[in-house]
Amino acid sequence: MRNSNEIIDDIANKEYEFGFTTDIEMDIAPAGLNEDTIRFISAKKEEPEWLLEWRLKGYQAFKKMQMPGWQHFKLPEIDFQGVSYYAAPKKKKQLSSLDEVDPELLATFEKLGIPLNEQKALSGVAVDAVFDSVSVATTFKEKLGEMGVIFCSFGEAVKHHPDLVKKYLGSVVPHSDNIFAALNAAVFSDGSFVYIPKGVRCPMELSTYFRINAQNTGQFERTLIIADDESYVSYLEGCTAPMRDENQLHAAVVELVALDHAEIKYSTVQNWYPGDKEGKGGIYNFVTKRGICKGKSSKISWTQVETGSSITWKYPSVILQGDDAQGEFYSVAVTRNRQIADTGTKMHHIGRNTKSRIISKGISAGEGDNTYRGLVQVGPRAHNARNFTQCDSLLIGNRCGAHTFPYIESRNKSATVEHEATTSKIGEDQIFYLNQRGIDTEKAVALIVNGYAKEVLNQLPMEFAVEAQKLLSITLEGSVG
Amino acid sequence: MLTIKNLHAEVEGKEILKGIDLEIPRGEVHAIMGPNGSGKSSLASVLAGRENYTVTQGEVIFDGKDLLEMSPEDRAREGVFLAFQYPVEIPGVSNLHFLKTALNEIRAYKGLPALEAKEFLKLTKEKQQLVDFNANLMNRSLNEGFSGGEKKRNEIFQLAMLDPKLGILDETDSGLDIDALRIVANGVNKLRSADKSFLVITHYQRLLDYIVPDFVHVLYDGRIVKTGPKELALELEEKGYDWLKETVVHENV
Repeated sequence: MRNSNEIIDDIANKEYEFGFTTDIEMDIAPAGLNEDTIRFISAKKEEPEWLLEWRLKGYQAFKKMQMPGWQHFKLPEIDFQGVSYYAAPKKKKQLSSLDEVDPELLATFEKLGIPLNEQKALSGVAVDAVFDSVSVATTFKEKLGEMGVIFCSFGEAVKHHPDLVKKYLGSVVPHSDNIFAALNAAVFSDGSFVYIPKGVRCPMELSTYFRINAQNTGQFERTLIIADDESYVSYLEGCTAPMRDENQLHAAVVELVALDHAEIKYSTVQNWYPGDKEGKGGIYNFVTKRGICKGKSSKISWTQVETGSSITWKYPSVILQGDDAQGEFYSVAVTRNRQIADTGTKMHHIGRNTKSRIISKGISAGEGDNTYRGLVQVGPRAHNARNFTQCDSLLIGNRCGAHTFPYIESRNKSATVEHEATTSKIGEDQIFYLNQRGIDTEKAVALIVNGYAKEVLNQLPMEFAVEAQKLLSITLEGSVG
Repeated sequence: MLTIKNLHAEVEGKEILKGIDLEIPRGEVHAIMGPNGSGKSSLASVLAGRENYTVTQGEVIFDGKDLLEMSPEDRAREGVFLAFQYPVEIPGVSNLHFLKTALNEIRAYKGLPALEAKEFLKLTKEKQQLVDFNANLMNRSLNEGFSGGEKKRNEIFQLAMLDPKLGILDETDSGLDIDALRIVANGVNKLRSADKSFLVITHYQRLLDYIVPDFVHVLYDGRIVKTGPKELALELEEKGYDWLKETVVHENV
């Protein structure tokens, strides 16, 4: 009889499903980072002067900054001069409709399960598809436009809605926030822009699908979502990349602004290429995500399912400025083979009666290393602020690691801050129990892990919850041993 | 149904089963009794295929097939069900979802299509009533926060749902009060049939007042040292296992 270790080794060699490359003619900027690169990007995108100025300020900030040293992993050397900061599929002509998008690109997204043809698309989900540095198509734009919802690429927003962009760009994540945010400010290529007008409940899930394809490039997209008074939007991003031996940098910035009584739900299913079994290759996912609950009774909720990337390093945060505002963070982060995750959140309670809830589920397998790092900060004006944090770690096997660094800073005596943490291991007993009921080891692990992550997966929009469950199962196939 | 011949097994190099011979025909209920450490639970584990046991000699034929060649999940799919002495908890996985997965895996193995939701719920309701299982526990996470009695009753409920050919009850009575014991035993009795066999492992005779076996075997030091009708259980209860030890020692001399 084969024992479960052997079966597991077999499956562990399974390849990353989305590792193919698309062969397409590209416009690629020469490698290197200097003012000329930034001017080149800005010119390519036909940007106004003020934006170029802003980029250059970002670049000045970047040059002065040092790499951080507080993270719980060894930061690899990153050669910022060896990367190309702009890669876009060559445009054959001006695109006015989806029919004119390069069929090769449509085929790529179709293969990734993201049909851009509106007839084939998931009903109820509008998609902005970003390929390397540019957005190639946005679906259901007209339908959304009828309600005043703006959903377009960042580049288009700069052209058509400059006032909104000017007002909010950098208002949550300033150009000098941190070294990667500064880099992003300097060289950001494209991304999504969303504006939900007053009183509108966005009728569809909005989603952006990011695909890195070109070699030796990074992806530096920027997303800005503004929910005006009493509006609601649910937004989801997904990401994949080809398998490559060298590491690629993904340094995105996401800014969310929720005004009075507005609600933004932001979900991420991140499946960038994680590198191979020995830890070769993979994406460095160094992302700055922050939302501000500017208005009273506003709400921002982050949900993330992080299964890919060789290093995931991000802390989607909420600034709870308006009274009665609520912030939430739900996370499942999986690391296996040599993957590293140092992720968590920051909740800044500024307004009165602000509430935050943090549910973090780390899963480590193989030689993966998983760190939860979180900050709950209660300011002097935040009377009756409440926070609840639950932070669980699940270990699979005995070569992986889990760490927790919760920071609490309270400057208001009326605040209630709760923190719960657990660490558990998938036991052979659990697997044997399920085996004895006719369930094989692979399915047993999937069942246990999905049960463990359920509280977070339940937060995802329904269309994606099933996908995320499958992704979790596939990611962990063969991790028990 | 089940034929065990000269079964030897060890854990970490230590021999635990030292030549077991046992035959359980279809439809019969056999009890295995014995003092602590005699190998009762080890026998259950070996039959179910627990990984840390190594079979060094002997064979087990189940329904004409070589049981020891099969993976634990295939044994389950062939119809071997182990009611655990210590059922595990699996947080976040509902009892119902777990059972549906198990049932459909077993059906797939037999080439049957997955049960429709409606049929599954009907079956659930029927079996729940049969073994008197609390419906409120159905949507709870598998065994999480269940009392000892609820866990054991859940094992019997699963047995009813999965409808195996052989049910092995591994000290199902341990930790049960008399009421829970009666409910568990009633459940098992309702599941007894001409084509289902049971192997009831217990330390105490008490359970056998409710689940009346066709035969009682006494396990001592890895061997079956005595087999008899149900009255043997009473005799053991009265005289204790020491009486047996003396007999065994005597016979060995």
